[in-house]
Amino acid sequence: MSGFLSTGNAMPVALSALPVRPLDAFRGEVLSALGDGRRLLLLSGLAQTTVGTQLLAALADDTRGEIGLVSTIVADSYPALTPDWPAAHYFERELYEQWGVRPEGHPWLKPVRFPRGGPAIGEVEFFRVSGAEVHEVAVGPVHAGVIEPGHFRFNCHGERVLHLEISLGYQHRGVEAALRGGPDKRSIHLAETVAGDTSAGHATAYCQLIEALSGTLCSPRAYSLRVVALELERIANHIGDLGALAGDVGFLPAASYCGRLRGDILNLTALLCGSRLGRGWIRPGGVAHEPGAEILHELRRGLAEAERDMRNAVDLLWKSSSLRARFENTGTLTGRAALDLGIVGPPARASGIDRDCRRDFAAALYQGRAPAVAVGDGGDVFARAMQRWREIENAIGLLDRLLGEPGEGDPLAPVETLMPDSIALSLVEGWRGEILHLATTDAAGHLAYYKIVDPSFRNWFALAIAMRGQAISDFPLCNKSFNLSYCGHDL
Amino acid sequence: MFKALLARARQGHRTARYPAQPPSLPPLFRGRPVLDPAKCVAGCARCVESCPTGALQVSAAGPELDLGRCIFCGECADVCPADAIDFTQDWRLAASERADLVLTGDGEPRVAALRHELRRLLGRSLRLRQISAGGCNGCEAEVNALGNVVFDASRFGIDFVASPRHADGVLVTGPLTANMKEAALRTYEAVAEPKLVIAAGACAISGGIFRTHPEACDGIADLLPVDLYIPGCPPHPFTMLDGLLRLLGRL
Repeated sequence: MSGFLSTGNAMPVALSALPVRPLDAFRGEVLSALGDGRRLLLLSGLAQTTVGTQLLAALADDTRGEIGLVSTIVADSYPALTPDWPAAHYFERELYEQWGVRPEGHPWLKPVRFPRGGPAIGEVEFFRVSGAEVHEVAVGPVHAGVIEPGHFRFNCHGERVLHLEISLGYQHRGVEAALRGGPDKRSIHLAETVAGDTSAGHATAYCQLIEALSGTLCSPRAYSLRVVALELERIANHIGDLGALAGDVGFLPAASYCGRLRGDILNLTALLCGSRLGRGWIRPGGVAHEPGAEILHELRRGLAEAERDMRNAVDLLWKSSSLRARFENTGTLTGRAALDLGIVGPPARASGIDRDCRRDFAAALYQGRAPAVAVGDGGDVFARAMQRWREIENAIGLLDRLLGEPGEGDPLAPVETLMPDSIALSLVEGWRGEILHLATTDAAGHLAYYKIVDPSFRNWFALAIAMRGQAISDFPLCNKSFNLSYCGHDL
Repeated sequence: MFKALLARARQGHRTARYPAQPPSLPPLFRGRPVLDPAKCVAGCARCVESCPTGALQVSAAGPELDLGRCIFCGECADVCPADAIDFTQDWRLAASERADLVLTGDGEPRVAALRHELRRLLGRSLRLRQISAGGCNGCEAEVNALGNVVFDASRFGIDFVASPRHADGVLVTGPLTANMKEAALRTYEAVAEPKLVIAAGACAISGGIFRTHPEACDGIADLLPVDLYIPGCPPHPFTMLDGLLRLLGRL
């Protein structure tokens, strides 16, 4: 990637080494690298300078595990990348909202989170379809179930959805802003509550970033114990969602078994750290404490037992023809659309995209033990359900090996102060997909800028695309097959 | 059909025998903290300095811990040089009065059962509308767990319903973001009188880890008349079940 500063996952570089290119060169280099098969990891403001806003682009070379960084400085507008590269569309909407920089030529700069100082939430023009017999269905922010708030607007012709508008921001609570100026005693807890069902994922992304910026190396055992929490989180959420999918088509036996099994896996996490969501476990420098051989043995035993029951419950799913009839050919996301939108995680892999941070950006966390990457095809609800199950199987295999041989070393290494004037990115494959945390430090080694990209940020639009042409009654099913985070998106 | 029956036999009966038997909790579970002022080292305020949510204060009478702010991270107990703070296995944390959540020594929060007339009105059923208002979805996950076969809140007549019009009250989670304020208050208004308000989790009670964020309201205590506070981050499903059953006078 010519013109880029080359780095990797959790590899800090000096801010002074970050190329600041003229706008034309920046656009040209970014678009040319994307055209050559690189992937857009991030497009964001980075700092306010005396001459304008510094924009940062981070591109991934997934095959080589490299990250390229390049920046430019713009006054108050620049020619948008979206018309040339659709995957930039959401980043540019965010950029406009957070930094006031207008990407000229962007098709529609709708608000992303409705932060303070902007338009009131909900006061926005929605995409509208007009014509005889076309009608709109508006849902939310308060939904029918115990679900986070968000607003959905379906443009329908009869039962058929022509387009779905997703308008979020109701959970916006200022997480990124609160992380800036740290690290302090609140930081790790803020990381754990970016998305409660991904406490281990976001805590790991945060800790990996802090460790990179402070030059901390955890013990092999500490990395193993982190992976244990991450993979348990993956299994718990996937099996819970398989149960919820069964529930959405009225197949109650599998729904209740999987619901119970989700809890059983959460209880295994609680064996490690006392919290079912894995709170208080992952800390900068490693994990909070040494669990001891007995607990690890108990985890392995509990997991084997849960695996037998999971196989039994999930087998019911695949063998129910009425359930398959609802899952198959519903909410299809083509591989092309998945690539164009830059989506990540199980929905991307279920559409045939072979991408997984655990293998592509292993870092010390998964070095030498990345599990097999399951890649599906079809991209429909069935493919996403099957994808979840295959990822559970791979996670169980990995956990079985790890719990048998967790490695040696202290649970917690001391963490020094952060290097001044540096920048680093941290990538972790959470259960929903790629979690990105980025930070820069100031001259005193405090966090100057902190950016979080939850996989949901990349994937929400894919749900809208998957719903096109579908029956509105299939929305719960499509929605659950993605199960995206509102709070992780809204921050 | 035969396979489904076989699976049913294999998966077994899993509902916890609560409240007839105490719940099984993991050994490291952090429940109700107990403070021992006698052990406190004079002039030491390490617990106060370590607390990420400002839940702890030390006065001349000793330490004071506000369960409404506590996220049960256990940092205070870890840094205390005298072991004056201990997180016990006690899952019973709910209280009817906000002031009762402030613990000194080995006090326990208390839940006063609802007035007799209201309990008669509710009969054996409590229908709640859940309002998710800006947290991390952790409390919502544990509220959802109340519906699984292990906790099975519906065996006590407790259910979460789709519309505020069908509800006897609201259970709010999250610090109440500015962006959710109007929707949350309108949902509350849509519930018919008499109605209950339950604040579940540190965020809804006090703002939790998001306290003082300009994007949120520091919880609902100043905006809605709360009948039951359920501390935790998130509260364990047994903590929620315990609070709800006490509110209904069933425990």
